[in-house]
Amino acid sequence: MVKGSFVAVLVLPDWAWQVIVAHCLEGLPLEACGLIAGTTEQGSLGEVTYVRQAHPAHNAARSARVYTVEPKDLLNADRAAEAAGLALVGVWHSHTHTPAYPSPTDIAQAPDPAWHYVLVSLSDMEPVVRSYRIVAGRAQEEPVLSSI
Amino acid sequence: MVTRQVGFLGSATDEGVAVVVDVRLPNVLRPLVGGEAVVTAGGETLREVFDDLASRYPGLGPSLRTPEGEIHRHLNVFLNDDDVRYLGRLDAKVGASDTVTLMPAVAGG
Repeated sequence: MVKGSFVAVLVLPDWAWQVIVAHCLEGLPLEACGLIAGTTEQGSLGEVTYVRQAHPAHNAARSARVYTVEPKDLLNADRAAEAAGLALVGVWHSHTHTPAYPSPTDIAQAPDPAWHYVLVSLSDMEPVVRSYRIVAGRAQEEPVLSSI
Repeated sequence: MVTRQVGFLGSATDEGVAVVVDVRLPNVLRPLVGGEAVVTAGGETLREVFDDLASRYPGLGPSLRTPEGEIHRHLNVFLNDDDVRYLGRLDAKVGASDTVTLMPAVAGG
């Protein structure tokens, strides 16, 4: 995402990618979801969010088309993040047979404009992971790096 | 009405002890309370705590309850470790040193 001369990126280490994708695959045929926690820094590269924790959660909706993070899982993830000096910085969920792009439902229900929304598409043999910022009803893809 | 402080648990009046609780807010609601992550509010039930919050922070009230007076379905409310959906919602009783945590529902498809 380009903001003036700055770039906003999500640093998603390999271990976090593996946790997220594994959880999504385990959730099939239903949508899976989870929360990511970390830190956000403003620097010469722009806004950089580092994922330090990945918290798989239950999909309370138990659906292949929608997800709701189980409220207790949300609370526990928030507490775990705070205990580590981190903050929740976003959510991931899977699209079982559509592309890794936010649906109208994802955009309409995005809870926090400061969050990162990670989509995992399982429609092909190889999982596809993309991340977005959703602000004022618009989704903007952002770069996802394994390290920086 | 006579008021006296009773340690850190609240104040006692001749009408009873007023319970004060911490209320933790998510990022999106903090601008409505001057940027604070935690505020205090008084009441013996969650409804009274929400009433107190709304009176102290007029902009916050509509984010907590519908015009019909129910908790917004897009808002998760926890009393300590428990989801208030299982504690009677707004009728949940609160005690001194309890913590109310507000978090937005996280959902999509």
